[in-house]
Amino acid sequence: MDLQFTAEEEDFRQEVRAFIKDHLPERIRRHLIEGRSASKDDIVEWTRILYKKGWSTPRWPVELGGTGWSAIKQYIFLEEGLAAPAPELLPFGVSMVGPVIYTFGNAAQKARYLPPIANLDEWWCQGFSEPGAGSDLAAVATRAVRQGDHYVVNGQKTWTTYAQHADWIFCLCRTDTGAKKQEGISFLLIDMKSPGIAVRPIQTIDGGHEINEVFFDEVKVPVDNRVGEENKGWDYAKFLLSNERVGIARVGTSKARLRRLRELAAIAGPDGRRAIDRPRFRDRLIETEIALKALEITQLRVLSDEAAGKFKGRPNPASSVLKIRGSELQQATSELLLDIVGPYALPAQQSTDGRNEPPVGPDWADAVAPLYFNLRKVSIYGGSNEIQRNIIAKAILGL
Amino acid sequence: MNFDLNDEQRLLAESVSRLMMDRYDFNQRKIYTMSEEGFSPAMWQAYGELGLLALPFSEDDGGIGGGPVEIMIVMEEIGRALALEPYLPHIVMSASLLRHAASPEQRAHLLPGMMDGTRHIAPALGEMTGGYDLSHVRTTAREEGAGFRLDGAKTLVLHGGCAHAFLVSARLQGRPEDQQGIGLFVVEADDKGVSYRPYRTQDGQSAAELMLADVRVAKDMMLACGSDAAPAIARMADEAIAAIAAEAVGAIDSLVKGTVDYLKVRKQFGQVIGNFQALQHRAADMVVELEQARSMALYATMMSRHEDAIARAAAMSSAKVQINRSARLIAQACVQLHGGIGMTMEHPAGHYMKRLTMIEKTLGDSDFHMDRLASAAK
Repeated sequence: MDLQFTAEEEDFRQEVRAFIKDHLPERIRRHLIEGRSASKDDIVEWTRILYKKGWSTPRWPVELGGTGWSAIKQYIFLEEGLAAPAPELLPFGVSMVGPVIYTFGNAAQKARYLPPIANLDEWWCQGFSEPGAGSDLAAVATRAVRQGDHYVVNGQKTWTTYAQHADWIFCLCRTDTGAKKQEGISFLLIDMKSPGIAVRPIQTIDGGHEINEVFFDEVKVPVDNRVGEENKGWDYAKFLLSNERVGIARVGTSKARLRRLRELAAIAGPDGRRAIDRPRFRDRLIETEIALKALEITQLRVLSDEAAGKFKGRPNPASSVLKIRGSELQQATSELLLDIVGPYALPAQQSTDGRNEPPVGPDWADAVAPLYFNLRKVSIYGGSNEIQRNIIAKAILGL
Repeated sequence: MNFDLNDEQRLLAESVSRLMMDRYDFNQRKIYTMSEEGFSPAMWQAYGELGLLALPFSEDDGGIGGGPVEIMIVMEEIGRALALEPYLPHIVMSASLLRHAASPEQRAHLLPGMMDGTRHIAPALGEMTGGYDLSHVRTTAREEGAGFRLDGAKTLVLHGGCAHAFLVSARLQGRPEDQQGIGLFVVEADDKGVSYRPYRTQDGQSAAELMLADVRVAKDMMLACGSDAAPAIARMADEAIAAIAAEAVGAIDSLVKGTVDYLKVRKQFGQVIGNFQALQHRAADMVVELEQARSMALYATMMSRHEDAIARAAAMSSAKVQINRSARLIAQACVQLHGGIGMTMEHPAGHYMKRLTMIEKTLGDSDFHMDRLASAAK
């Protein structure tokens, strides 16, 4: 038993850290550290820098551009990126549809779709959730009716992150209404420029625009754009959802935010007082740091178990903790920021970028309340925390 | 990085687990609690036969040379079985003090009786006015002739009633709160001027108040660290926190398993109560807290012999806060989920709760460790 990383892993960490330090534009880093979200251009710019280095699709098979890193190195790479902080790789291509295509797609699909994902020449979005299919995802009702060598798609997707930027959307569509709900779904790749697609923005409570509704009205999709077999889409969707366990806890993001909190708490606010000198604040900060340390060790245990091939085919109790605690701690860090900024959480201000008027309160204050509002999402998406508890009760405890 | 036990460690875990399964079911435990000692001397001998009493002592001292991981393994099984024997104070804690503070000659004198199970040596460090701060020492040691004279009182000496000797901290110079000027002394239970009042603790174990009135101690019974015992005491406390964290994880793990089993058999409204989502979610939250506690117990184990005292203390305080939190939340939830039967002495759930609550209040509660972390971070 040994908590230390090997010398080789430590060297690797230094290599990643140095690369990020030398190549990540300071403008982007500063933007992220203030709790603002990365713009499309930021994400594209950083992905292409990583692509040149051969690091934009680290988990893919080596012959398709993967790095062949061990699970531990994948984790180190991820953590260093989050800690910098650098923009995260757009998950919809690299982590979601990419693995589905190289695992279940045909040769033509691999050749057509994978290279533009790796260099982010094509931006993907995820067409899973619908107004009537949230936690109960298999209830998707968007219809795809076969007509010759096309499907005709009608229906609506929602909560579609970055659909406004997207060139392509991967969709779960119902191709058999007579079968059991899990057995009548197909996995289609749809060009967002297709006639009949309309995107309506959804403004979230933080004032931002990340998510959208996507409407399909008689949209023609070539049968060649179906991945795998007809009516087997639910299997591919489950594969996709299980593929992203590592990193779901966002330990690196929370660590970076706690470091920032420590810095901000040690600076006197406009009232001349330091947050760290307020016992109640200090206790909450320390409790969050402790919980995050525990989660970090839990994350390392899961990685170590995976590397050793333990828990094959049955759920690892430790991994079930990651989503629940990880999301709670992300939210806790945003609450602590809110507590530091105090009354200057109130003014609703535009982003400081390109603004001429002086900010009201500390110059980072404007991003704090929106971040707090925005992060309420993390206990809802990716299987809400209540669904996660159902999973623990059933799959781990056998209740 | 790796969290796996090696083959020898796995073997150790299996043999301790088997011993506890054979000889520590709930009814046997009840009989042990009613004995005069408050634990089973026969089990203590069985620990000895298994090598557990020699485990933390180095091979040079005639021991087995086990490290923190081996201690963790034993303590986790002790926690699971709710074992009553004084393994934590008389082996883990005393061994740590002797390792860090005693000379080879002193160890040669003291260790054989500890390792063969014939002599219990209990650390006696805490004082009524010091709270959890073990460097707060009012007991005095005055040099006189060929030795020392000790005067004072020690509180909450774990399993002090059965001890043949005590490792007593006493002040050679300075004020009660000074870090410097503390010595460690071996005081025999039958030395003139030693008296103690043993009592039971809430969890079925025992402790004692120790009074020292003009107790003569020979010069060579002051441990070799001289008047600079505070670092050894701090190291001991950190190692003991790692050990008690492992005990807590064993107890919590067993308690959660028992509770989940109960949810699968207890029927109300015509179905097993584990079908109800309100109870399922409470059980899921226990898994989260258990895994967080397990992670921090592992962290404490791996940090417990870290050379940097500040980093080590911060790690131990973090671990203890998490353990205390998990212990309290899970113990309360498990009694609640059992309903009325969880309130009775006839059922293990309440006994786990009692031990976990005492663990919370041993070696620093959360307020104490939060303060320690806060002052370190200033």
